Amino acid sequence: MTNNNIKGEDAVMEIKDENISVKNAILKGEPTQDNKIKLNLSSIDTRTNDQREKQNDEEELHENSVKLMTPMQMVLRRFFRSKLSIVGLIMIVALFLFCWLGPVIYTKWDSTEVDNTGKVEYTYTPVKDAEGNILFYQVVETGKTNNFFAKPDSNHPMGTDKNARDVLARLMVGGRISLAISFLSVFAITLLGVIFGGISGYFGGAIDNIIMRICDILMCLPGFPILLIVGTLVEAAGIDLQYRIYYLMGFLTLISWSGTARLVRGQILSLREQEYMVAAEAMGYSTGRKIFKHLVPNVMPQLIVQMTLSLGSMILYEASLSYLGLGAPEEYAAWGTMINSANDVNILQNYFNIWGPPGICIIIAVLGFNFVGDGLRDALDPKMRR
Amino acid sequence: MLKYILKRLGLAILILLGVSLIIYTLIRCMPVSFIDDKIAQLSQGGATIPEETVQNMKKLYGLEDDSFKGIIMGYLNWLKNLCKFDFGTSFKYGVPVTQVIKEHMGVSFAVALIATIFEFMIAIPLGVTAATHQYSIRDYVVTILVMIGISLPSFFFGQLLKDIFAMKLGWFPPSGILDGTQSLTGGALLLDYARHMFIPILTVVILSIGGRMRMTRTNMLEVLNSDYIRTARAKGLKEKKVIYKHAFRNTLIPLVTSLAGLLPSLFSGAIITEQVFDLPGIGNKAFQAMVAADIPFIMGYNMFLALLSVIGVLLADLMYAWVDPRVKLS
Repeated sequence: MTNNNIKGEDAVMEIKDENISVKNAILKGEPTQDNKIKLNLSSIDTRTNDQREKQNDEEELHENSVKLMTPMQMVLRRFFRSKLSIVGLIMIVALFLFCWLGPVIYTKWDSTEVDNTGKVEYTYTPVKDAEGNILFYQVVETGKTNNFFAKPDSNHPMGTDKNARDVLARLMVGGRISLAISFLSVFAITLLGVIFGGISGYFGGAIDNIIMRICDILMCLPGFPILLIVGTLVEAAGIDLQYRIYYLMGFLTLISWSGTARLVRGQILSLREQEYMVAAEAMGYSTGRKIFKHLVPNVMPQLIVQMTLSLGSMILYEASLSYLGLGAPEEYAAWGTMINSANDVNILQNYFNIWGPPGICIIIAVLGFNFVGDGLRDALDPKMRR
Repeated sequence: MLKYILKRLGLAILILLGVSLIIYTLIRCMPVSFIDDKIAQLSQGGATIPEETVQNMKKLYGLEDDSFKGIIMGYLNWLKNLCKFDFGTSFKYGVPVTQVIKEHMGVSFAVALIATIFEFMIAIPLGVTAATHQYSIRDYVVTILVMIGISLPSFFFGQLLKDIFAMKLGWFPPSGILDGTQSLTGGALLLDYARHMFIPILTVVILSIGGRMRMTRTNMLEVLNSDYIRTARAKGLKEKKVIYKHAFRNTLIPLVTSLAGLLPSLFSGAIITEQVFDLPGIGNKAFQAMVAADIPFIMGYNMFLALLSVIGVLLADLMYAWVDPRVKLS
């Protein structure tokens, strides 16, 4: 119901209260020719009191059977209607439980602990001289000093790696690094993108031009090679290699906000021309409040979808960096680092239990986020409603 | 139109300047002693780097002078050489950077080109069937399969294929681009190339099909919902004709323009895939050079990539206007 259809102050006043039915408002407002109002006859109540009571009872019944839904509930319902998004959600929740609760339950081995229970056998062969006297014993040591390359058994459910560390324990702790880093960088990227995109879209003009040119430059920056350079830089600066991956992902964040910024800017450009922004202007709100309280929330659906989808690609990025040897050092497992060990042909051919599980975990994580992101896109996009 | 192109070209130069500034700053952050160490390591590894080359390089990048003026002069000097396409001499490979790029681009380009052709040939029909049978079993199966494809980490999947096809089954050689033990000619040589490139190409194709297929599906759905398709159906055209003659043509627009955007990936080489299969492509060489802090190569390679992506973006926009007459450039 917009103001155009009604003439008369009191009618407008009535409508302000959302609970008052539109019917009353129309009847109170005086229809005039120049406003070209057509009175909707069917909306005028012409029933007798009896009929009305009967109708009210029915409506009450009806109301009890139909649930009122908030927009959030509707989104959630559409989201859970798709089986793929449920599968994706289960996959992600399972992975998080595995990585954070897993090491709490599975305490037999620590992720950096070396299993020293290798079996070493000694064979003593006496070496005699020509007369049969024993000169000395030749001792031959066979077996391994620690339990490396163990096949999966009850002691090590996924076996051990080449340094005799338990693969399952490493897998769980390694996941923490991968997942936490991806979440952090996606949030940081979104924050930067919203700030720059919001400013750019709201102010327009020269500021918009400068920010958009910076976006152009960042988009043409070759991501992976640049990160390799930064990896070398971190090494040159003498920073503990354990933290190198955090620096790398931090830098990646700094150069990858341009996509989000463009998305936010595009939305805000169209939103800022709408009536409610004129109202916000008339209310004398501050610029910050207008941008972040009135414009940005309207971009949230697209942002949430983009965040979920980019979580997957961040996990892949982190894993690839680790795989190329730029991640955490070997003793601090990350999924990519663990797969990296398959560069050794012996491990590649004979020990799938070392490099297979981390790969499968990465696939589950990325697939899960992609399914959820797809489901969210369908649920949040009103155009997809059918 | 001409004005638009000129404006875009000016912008492209601005972007390249920005990129070069960022890359130069990063390199300048490296301590000189660290670079000396790396050069010493290279020399120990058997590479012979004449003292003269090192001095030349330092002069080229202005690494000696750490004052503010020195840094600016170093940058301008490097930029001047860049305009002459003089990237300097690579330490690691001992030849000019442009020569290294030229020599190893072929392998990367062949792999990328063949992979792209297969990608389009497989992804487009899949996308079209998924769209025309929306919400059917076929749609779900195709969607789930390509989603798995997108989610695969390239190194893991490459490793897995290598393990299965090369190690366990022994059908294809596990790494390299040519069998060094034999001297082959003609058809046998070509066959050997093909055998070596099969798994890398398979890896790239499976990983990239997903994105292309989803793009096709979304576009096709959008087109199928438009009014002129309803008109075509209403006047009694066969469904085949509606889809392949009327709808498909409009679906092609974004697909064709995305071809231009592929330009960088065609020439830049896939660092990880080439690493997994030890292909002597440009990505592999670049990775090794970067680990060894081979500054001339790093700078040259990164500028080369930036140049490719700038051209790619420009071409994509121009092609968009060329393919779709409704788009007006301004």
